[in-house]
Amino acid sequence: MNLLAQIWFILWKDIRCELRSKQMWIGMGLFALLVLVIFNFAFDLRVDNKAAVAPGALWVAFVFASFLGLGRTIAAEREKGSMDRLLLSPVNRKAIYLAKLLGNVLFIGVVEIVALPVFAILFNVPFSAGALIPIVLLGTVGIASVGTLFSAMAAATQAREFLLPILVFPLIVPILIAVVRATSAVMLVTTNEPPWLGLIAAFDAIFLTASTLLFEYVIEE
Amino acid sequence: MSIPYLNIRALKKSFGVKPVLRGIDLTLYAGERMALLGANGAGKTTLLRILAGLTHVEGGSITIDGLDLASQTREVRCKVGFVAHQPYLYDDLTAQENLLFFARMYAVKQPQERATFLLRYVGLSKKGRERASSLSRGQLQRLAIARALLHRPQLLLLDEPETGLDQEGLELLNALLKEHQEQGGTLLFTTHDLPDAAERSDQIVMLRNGRVVYQQATADLAPGGITQAYQEVVR
Repeated sequence: MNLLAQIWFILWKDIRCELRSKQMWIGMGLFALLVLVIFNFAFDLRVDNKAAVAPGALWVAFVFASFLGLGRTIAAEREKGSMDRLLLSPVNRKAIYLAKLLGNVLFIGVVEIVALPVFAILFNVPFSAGALIPIVLLGTVGIASVGTLFSAMAAATQAREFLLPILVFPLIVPILIAVVRATSAVMLVTTNEPPWLGLIAAFDAIFLTASTLLFEYVIEE
Repeated sequence: MSIPYLNIRALKKSFGVKPVLRGIDLTLYAGERMALLGANGAGKTTLLRILAGLTHVEGGSITIDGLDLASQTREVRCKVGFVAHQPYLYDDLTAQENLLFFARMYAVKQPQERATFLLRYVGLSKKGRERASSLSRGQLQRLAIARALLHRPQLLLLDEPETGLDQEGLELLNALLKEHQEQGGTLLFTTHDLPDAAERSDQIVMLRNGRVVYQQATADLAPGGITQAYQEVVR
């Protein structure tokens, strides 16, 4: 069976399990909305500073909500032992990684789709959805590519809930800076900004390649 | 002399500083059945996990059907079926979906038909549409046995497979093992049931502290000999 078919079947299994259990989506979605509401109340949002604060609030909500889902990606299967059963089969380990990554991008993406309109209402900042979507998509892929790899590493430890953010945050700092600045540029319509989208795409390419190659060594005992 | 189907030489494994297997040598020929006995912590489960390709070793070598486990792991996985004492299924998938998913992971031809056949074979055809989370412990174990047979493995590794099975389930397990042997399959299993071990195997091996301390052909055992040997060697 080819790699694409393996990815599809693992992804199908993860989506079906999540649609039935609804553990991750609801938790992540509510968390993202809560963060946005709290930021909205916590900051004194005047017309002149809204666009400066809003991108940071948006990405804090996305990143922290992502971690709720990323932490469960592999840990739930490790705890139940079903990951061992998957590893018993001759399935390509790259297929497991890429399916888990796609699942994470999908789960985080759904949360973002729900959170973005709420963000637009609460913060009332003008932005072009067409310009923001590529930033959100590429940013999500970058965060998920690192997070999926390290969730496999953290799942093998008892302190996985603490370990995952400690391991991942330092690595995604460049992408966080880039997505927040790129989002600011969309909202403030500034000129002479560096090509942030290109930086995010480059980061994605590097981490996607490295994580796909390294996953086999991380997931095997 | 024919080539051994399973050949283990000087196998060593430690967890941290604690040695779990201290130089295991075992040979199993095609069609043979070996029972692995020992107290808790003797290294039985670790040995089976290593043979299934789930745990790496620190020393020694393993060949299965002439394939080196360390370097040809993927090919070996196609030849091995593993049943643990816990079923480890996906709770949110139905019994049929669980089998179908793993059939696809093993690239089984006609996965739908194979899954349906095995559900019927283990007496779960009426439970196919029910989620694994709603099945009883014994039914889950039957499903785990069906999963291990999906890709028609030549070597079956069973870690206390009778766990959770009722009388009917045990009869099913015995019938399955008999059929596996009749088809030329090889079997390595662990159990704490000594009479069952003698009944189901051609060879008895006992482990203590990660070492093989007893090995005997079942045919050469006197009645009740296995219990006596266990008490002398393991306890």
